[in-house]
Amino acid sequence: MSFAVSIRRENFYMLPQDYVAPEFEVIRNQDRCIACRVCERQCSNEVHHYDADKGIMLSDESKCVCCHRCVSLCPVHALKIVKSDHTFRPNANWSGQTITEIYKQASTGAALLSSMGNPVDLPVYWDHILINASQVTNPSIDPLREPMETKVSLGKRPEKITRNADGTLVTKMPPHIDLTTPIMFSAMSYGSISYNAHESLARAATKLGICYNTGEGGLHKDFYKYGPNTIVQVASGRFGVHKDFLMAGCAIEIKMGQGAKPGIGGHLPGAKITGSVSATRMIPEGTDAISPAPHHDIYSIEDLRQLVYSLKEATGYTKPVIVKIAAVHNVAAIASGIARSGADIIAIDGFRGGTGAAPTRIRDNVGIPIELALASVDQRLRDEGMDGKEPPPDFLPPGGG
Amino acid sequence: MIKESLREGNIRIPSGCAISGIFNKNGERVDGSQIIKSIRVMHDRSNGLGGGFAGYGIYPEYKQYYALHIFYDGLDAKHDCEKFLEEHFDIIDLAKIPTRKVASITDEPLIWRYFVTPLPSKLSSSHLDEKEYTGQCVNHINTDITGAFVVSSGKNMGVFKAVGYPEDVGEFYKLDEYAAYSWTAHGRYPTNTPGWWGGAHPFAFLDFTVVHNGEISSYDANRRFIEMFGYKCTLLTDTEVITYIIDYLVRKQGLTLEETAHVIAAPFWTSISAMDDERKAQFEYLRKQYAELLITGPFSILLGFDGGLMALNDRLKLRSMVAAEKGDTTYFASEESAIRVIQPDLDRVWSPAGGEPVIVRLTNPNEL
Repeated sequence: MSFAVSIRRENFYMLPQDYVAPEFEVIRNQDRCIACRVCERQCSNEVHHYDADKGIMLSDESKCVCCHRCVSLCPVHALKIVKSDHTFRPNANWSGQTITEIYKQASTGAALLSSMGNPVDLPVYWDHILINASQVTNPSIDPLREPMETKVSLGKRPEKITRNADGTLVTKMPPHIDLTTPIMFSAMSYGSISYNAHESLARAATKLGICYNTGEGGLHKDFYKYGPNTIVQVASGRFGVHKDFLMAGCAIEIKMGQGAKPGIGGHLPGAKITGSVSATRMIPEGTDAISPAPHHDIYSIEDLRQLVYSLKEATGYTKPVIVKIAAVHNVAAIASGIARSGADIIAIDGFRGGTGAAPTRIRDNVGIPIELALASVDQRLRDEGMDGKEPPPDFLPPGGG
Repeated sequence: MIKESLREGNIRIPSGCAISGIFNKNGERVDGSQIIKSIRVMHDRSNGLGGGFAGYGIYPEYKQYYALHIFYDGLDAKHDCEKFLEEHFDIIDLAKIPTRKVASITDEPLIWRYFVTPLPSKLSSSHLDEKEYTGQCVNHINTDITGAFVVSSGKNMGVFKAVGYPEDVGEFYKLDEYAAYSWTAHGRYPTNTPGWWGGAHPFAFLDFTVVHNGEISSYDANRRFIEMFGYKCTLLTDTEVITYIIDYLVRKQGLTLEETAHVIAAPFWTSISAMDDERKAQFEYLRKQYAELLITGPFSILLGFDGGLMALNDRLKLRSMVAAEKGDTTYFASEESAIRVIQPDLDRVWSPAGGEPVIVRLTNPNEL
């Protein structure tokens, strides 16, 4: 789901040219409706109201955001929401969506902001992989008898093995994240989502044996107990970053970029910075939380290396450091630089990544698919011999002189 | 002549097979007739599209030299390859590998062997040890000299392989005229297309030879990783990648054979978590350090090396492997019948557990 949120003046008379026809219509089966007014009480946007004169429920579709709350709560299933068939003249280049966005932008003079991920119908390459894991052998393996282990361990590995005096292997390794299955929750900051949402993610991650990510809003004290399953994020605004925060998680992620909005920073409006959001972020209530596009102490790749090691020093080298970047056209070169910066893990965020607020144009039109980014980064790192953490050996036959 | 596009290396050819091995701990050498008799019994496990043998201890007069067995498509390839060899090695002796005519073995390439040692000046200026030097030269021939393929490149050992049933291949190469303390054999059942001589098993690299029955599902993951360390998987076969993985872990990383087995046939995480702390730490370390070298999917291999033999099954034991002992000789085979046919009276017969390596070595390797 996505909706455009534009900054507009409340209660101002709307000029006819600023009228934007509602996207959705509320269809009520009046034969079923018993006017119990549950929909009126439950809708947070005040779409429904009871008209005493007429004795029926009426709906103002201009406020509907298609959340289905009224639909699912109606005891007689009298409601449905449909996409309005109010039409613009068909034109493949100038779609109704585009024209509407231009009207909105023109009427306010402000840039359109959107949240969530890119809704455009662009290819998902994963959907073209049509194979069952058990098919990889011929004949196929038996999924009931032959287990598929999903445990994954992320982190740096020593270049060479070393042995103790008695010949046994030295088993100490740099710190790792161990996941029961290779899935993690994306970073969503406290402030962009609620306390309860964070608690849900933390509990789910703990129960599943995977990790969730604090996002750039710091970590609420109540959630330190979920630390072993928490990745703490150090983003460009450095919100909530202090020693205890860094030590609380199982890994530290430096957020260099975000797939939904490559090259763009973040902006959480002051209206959302209240109470414990403000305390957790360590900024005054009511101030806008602006995360600049670059970290202002990272203007070049060597600066990144400095931050990576500052974080490692601050945490006594006990936490793996992740560097997260957006999937863009030159992601391979960027990843190569990160691989040499001392980071333990590289995270790549594709163009479909979510966001609390990003300019609509950027969210919908910038970035590349994660599948392509992953393939090009993997190829580059393998060509450079980085995946094995060993410089590529000399391939040429000896001699020549 | 096999269509170029269907050769190993251009298309991936999985196969099911038969393997057999005989090893004498005292280094007593026997001729190839026994191993041929053993693999013949398992005739129906092959389809005639590949057979091969590895013998250790077969060249005692030349034991300090690398014995290169090479296939050539034609005289041009031979000429180019010999020029390369002359530039990088002292060639002590060279000859056609003697063969006898067998009706079912056709389309043979030129088959030559050379006893060589690295040219001292080239070796010292390369700053490599002689194994790495020889290995890199072998890789160069296989990838860059068209029409030439090095079949084996170890000391005092050799691989003999062809397209055909293994018993016919053994006959073709006159293996009854060689004596070895360790023999392995393989019969192939490729499921796609006619094989090519070079694609038969064993696959050899320096003194490692691998015969393999199975079809690994981790092939591409393994290949993509191992190719970062200078290995080039030109044949696209399981056996090739397994051999390179073992060479990397043992020769380049310094793992023991047991540790190598615990990387490639690692126990499940649930099994590891039930171990005592010290063993758990070791097994966890090996799985994390070499995660990409875990081999999944059915496999049952016999790894030959200078002075020993290792048998290993995948951890689920999805392919058969039987081991047996009689006096100082150990036998391995895909089927017990293949052992009984050459040694009916056995001291001990058992089925090694999945993931547990069985390693036999010469008691006195220096006395060879």
